Amino acid sequence: MSPVIPLLILVIPLAMFLFLGLCGHKMSHRWAGILGTTGMGVTMVLAYITAFTYFFSGDPSFIDADTHTRLQAILFNQDWLNFYDKLVIRLGFLLDPIAALLLVVITTISFMVHLYSNGYMRDHHGVWEKGFQRFYAFLSLFSFSMLGLVVATNIFQMYIFWELVGASSYLLIGFYYTKPSAVSASKKAFIVTRFADLGFLIGILILSYYTGSFDFTDFTSAPVGGPDSTVYRIDPATPSHILSVFQNSAAPIFMGGSVLTWALVLIFMGGMGKSAMMPLHIWLPDAMEGPTPVSALIHAATMVVAGVYLVARLFPLYLMEPVALDIVVVVGAITALYAAIVACTQIDIKRVLAFSTISQIAFMMVSLGVARPEFHEGLGYMAGMFHLFTHAMFKALLFLCAGALIHAIGSNDYTAMHGLRKYMPVTHITFLVGCLAIAGIIPFAGFFSKDEILTATGEYSTFWYIWMSAVAGLTAFYMFRLYYLIFWWKEHKVPEGHHTPHDQPWTMTLPLVILAAISCVAGFVPMGNLVTWNGVEEVTNPNFFTNLGNLNWGVASVSLAVAIVAIVIATIMYRKENPLPAKMKAALPHLWEWAHHRFYWDELYQFITHKIIFGCICKPIAWFDRHIVDGTMNGMAYVTNKISYAIRGFQSGRIQLYVLWYLIGAVVLAAVTMICVLC
Amino acid sequence: MDYSQFLVMHREIALLAVFLVVFLYDIFMPKRALGATSWVAVGAFALFTAYSFLMPGTNETAFAGMYVSSGACAAIKNILNVGVLIVLIQATKWADSDLQIMRRGEFYELLLITLFGMYLMISGRHFLIFLIGLETASLPLAAMVAFDKQRYESHEAAVKYMLTAVFSSAIFMMGLSFVYGLTGTLYFSGIADKLSEASPLLICALAFVIAGIGFKLSLVPFHLWTADVYQGAPTSVTAYFSVISKGAAAFAFMVVLAQCFGAFYADVWEWMLYALIILTITVGNIFAIRQKNMKRFLAFSSISQAGYIMLGVEADSAVGLTALMFYVLVYIFSNLAAFGVIGAIENKTGKVEMTDYNGLSRTNPWLAFAMMLAMFSLAGIPPFAGFFSKFFIFTGCLSQGSVAIYILVLIALINTIISLYYYLLVVKAMYISPEEPQIANFRSACPERIGLWICVLGIIALGIVSFFYDSIYTAASTAGIFASL
Repeated sequence: MSPVIPLLILVIPLAMFLFLGLCGHKMSHRWAGILGTTGMGVTMVLAYITAFTYFFSGDPSFIDADTHTRLQAILFNQDWLNFYDKLVIRLGFLLDPIAALLLVVITTISFMVHLYSNGYMRDHHGVWEKGFQRFYAFLSLFSFSMLGLVVATNIFQMYIFWELVGASSYLLIGFYYTKPSAVSASKKAFIVTRFADLGFLIGILILSYYTGSFDFTDFTSAPVGGPDSTVYRIDPATPSHILSVFQNSAAPIFMGGSVLTWALVLIFMGGMGKSAMMPLHIWLPDAMEGPTPVSALIHAATMVVAGVYLVARLFPLYLMEPVALDIVVVVGAITALYAAIVACTQIDIKRVLAFSTISQIAFMMVSLGVARPEFHEGLGYMAGMFHLFTHAMFKALLFLCAGALIHAIGSNDYTAMHGLRKYMPVTHITFLVGCLAIAGIIPFAGFFSKDEILTATGEYSTFWYIWMSAVAGLTAFYMFRLYYLIFWWKEHKVPEGHHTPHDQPWTMTLPLVILAAISCVAGFVPMGNLVTWNGVEEVTNPNFFTNLGNLNWGVASVSLAVAIVAIVIATIMYRKENPLPAKMKAALPHLWEWAHHRFYWDELYQFITHKIIFGCICKPIAWFDRHIVDGTMNGMAYVTNKISYAIRGFQSGRIQLYVLWYLIGAVVLAAVTMICVLC
Repeated sequence: MDYSQFLVMHREIALLAVFLVVFLYDIFMPKRALGATSWVAVGAFALFTAYSFLMPGTNETAFAGMYVSSGACAAIKNILNVGVLIVLIQATKWADSDLQIMRRGEFYELLLITLFGMYLMISGRHFLIFLIGLETASLPLAAMVAFDKQRYESHEAAVKYMLTAVFSSAIFMMGLSFVYGLTGTLYFSGIADKLSEASPLLICALAFVIAGIGFKLSLVPFHLWTADVYQGAPTSVTAYFSVISKGAAAFAFMVVLAQCFGAFYADVWEWMLYALIILTITVGNIFAIRQKNMKRFLAFSSISQAGYIMLGVEADSAVGLTALMFYVLVYIFSNLAAFGVIGAIENKTGKVEMTDYNGLSRTNPWLAFAMMLAMFSLAGIPPFAGFFSKFFIFTGCLSQGSVAIYILVLIALINTIISLYYYLLVVKAMYISPEEPQIANFRSACPERIGLWICVLGIIALGIVSFFYDSIYTAASTAGIFASL
């Protein structure tokens, strides 16, 4: 495959960013929106072509037809910073199953959000939001960064784009920069993820220090057909070689764990920050201060799964250190339960969705963590990627529906909504589809992926299987709670002087309908054929009903039953106005209080940062900085100034003195050297 | 004699052809066609630049080894050509002004001749050729400095430059005569073969040679002419002085030190240079802090920058050579951007004081932006090119690995902080200073804008795209790492 199309996938969003950023304010709002949307549409088509070529063309650089193995192809790889032969930072384009999958997900959601924002970013009277062009420029920057991240050929490129993604997320969360809460949310998101990235960077440095390489292919794969080949195959021999490099190094053990485990856990820490795993999850709920399309794109579908993607990218290496994977499982499972409980008590609909996102990403993490080649050929890996795909679709749908509701009502609280089903039928139906999908009701998308995850977890350990099933039940419960509280509960009363809420313009409706349609059928994508941890197809010759046929009905019926019971409970409690929820709240006051305040994590961080870090560490350092460091600097400035004043006569303007100094200089130079060398 | 040897010098010959074109055009064309002289010069030089880029840099020698052509020589010549092209483009506005219109032909001719001299310095491997190159590159500059006939400072600067240049040539030649007396040859390779052990005479010779070339680079304490000349000379000439003349001399310096004195004397001249670098960077910085005149300010900044360039010589390796050439390239773009802005403002309003730049960003945002980029790049702020050039030159130097070198780089780093202060003073004046803008909004001339655009693109692109550094590295390290400089 020629590198032109892949290159364009990256260049078009970048060009859009530069163009809209530099010249956008001179364009009309409408055309800026159309331009941004068209650019993303073209990118989407190119990404589809690339993914389609990768999966279905049968090109020998993409698939080994004899062994049914999908390969990794490096389409281009340009040296960027050349320190010396081994230490080269490259920028390139790696195409493999997960990269192709993510290309499709990112461009699809991004296009939907671009389209949707044309309607969302203006009020009911058609007045455009201030900074509309800037918004589109930032969206393009984000898309560029995210695409660059998923196609990275080496971990350093990934890190660069990782930070770019963080920066564009910062810009978009703080889009309403006159609103103090948005500003502090953007700062919070940036600082927390940057803190996590510190771990990521240290992990990268450890890994590359020992292995002498940044390339993913050097960590996980072996070249196919000669060392100069640009086609690679996942090969367990390579990571086990790296394991032996670590074990044979001078210091293989550090603080009770092997160095490789430390490196992998530190890299996972970067993923925890971006993917909002506990205890680094605190930024994501606040990030909902950004415009809702941004939440749909960045904080539901794409950026927050970067952590999952990172673990998947290095998965063969993680397999070498099962301890690291066990840590992934524990972190994921605890986060999943925590977020699901908190989601049951939130009032702001975007916060409910945010916690639901945290919980669902934790599902993917657990799924990767439990994947082992000996269980169903690494089913968990496939399931995690499958869930990433389906979740991106239905969670973006839910967020865009939430955006439509907020757009219509002007508030984030469900208390201001209630009973909207008659006024906004399209939003109602699409939201319901999203809820059914996330709850895992057959045949919607979430059912299949969640079922695979639970199957894989069951193979790994019964305890975590029960745990995760309970979380799945909670998911169904809080989603339907939200659904009923928005669309049912009691009749909507229109305040005087307001018109009735209604469905939105077509630019907003169309993405909802498309995403709802995808959420209905995405579950039938034969992911086992496309994405596996080592590229070997689990199922060959798939058809539309492959997933249905391969279901483990034991697990599936249990999870279906759990979901249905949860939905029934939610229906009883919230369909009509009734005192049951208040009774529940009164019966478990402490649990409700704790969950409502998100288990006081923010307060804990506040305490740690303000009282302990600021008080005990920062104050002495500040004193040191102010008096010692600044003192030295001021002293240096003072001395420099004095010297400068003292020697100004040196530059007298008299040519005789110039020549004299010249001569003195030459002679002194010679004389001093002579004394030093000869004596 | 085999006249085909001249073909090895095809770059020099082509440069002379450009000179002849401009010369003949200026003399023989009817008066009404003379309006285009500037553009003929720019066009002919642009063609030459393209030619020079397209011709490969092969490793050849001519005239019994007096002259060599190699990948590294070709690369530094190409780098200088880019700089000269920008200078020529920026100078057109000034050269076409009413005061200069009678003698602009001479300006271009003198400039091309000095460039020819620099070419000889770069490629000469015999001190006779080298000396001819050095003189050819020095003396016409005095005439160029005196170009603003009606300005008193211009004359003063020319006289000061002339006298110091003559004096330094004398010292340089004295050093050469010592060398010749000791070895009986003026070939670089012959000198290297004959030198065996340190003697007082040789150390003297070495010091004088370093002083002679140090004059061109304005190393402290051979720098005292610099500020007066930079301030007095027309801005285009100052720009030419500060980048092109310096770039050529830096490369030639490395050739002389590495090839003549490399084998036995490396530890001697490295210590000499060590002291000069510290002096140059520090003194340049300390003086730059106090300057109020932009040209004088850039003069001292360029002294300090020359010290950084010398770090590449100090490294004494192919990596150091690459870093040196890359530094020169980046320095060309950054400094010419600064001089481009100064020249544009001077041509329009005649103002050159730093206080005149207060609030420039409000009246002329694009000029202020170009100036800011130039200052950031000169100060070495990432991601602009200046950061990478400093980074490469430091790493190149550090790869030598001795403790003394670490101290040297540390001192250079501390000086970078000091330099940040005065570069940011300019940015502060333009962007933050609340005072009333001194310079009204104006539209700069088209060639000035073209020149600035090229510089700005260079500053940004060199920081991001690795191609340039890589190709310089390839040129510097092909065919016997260091022997065939």
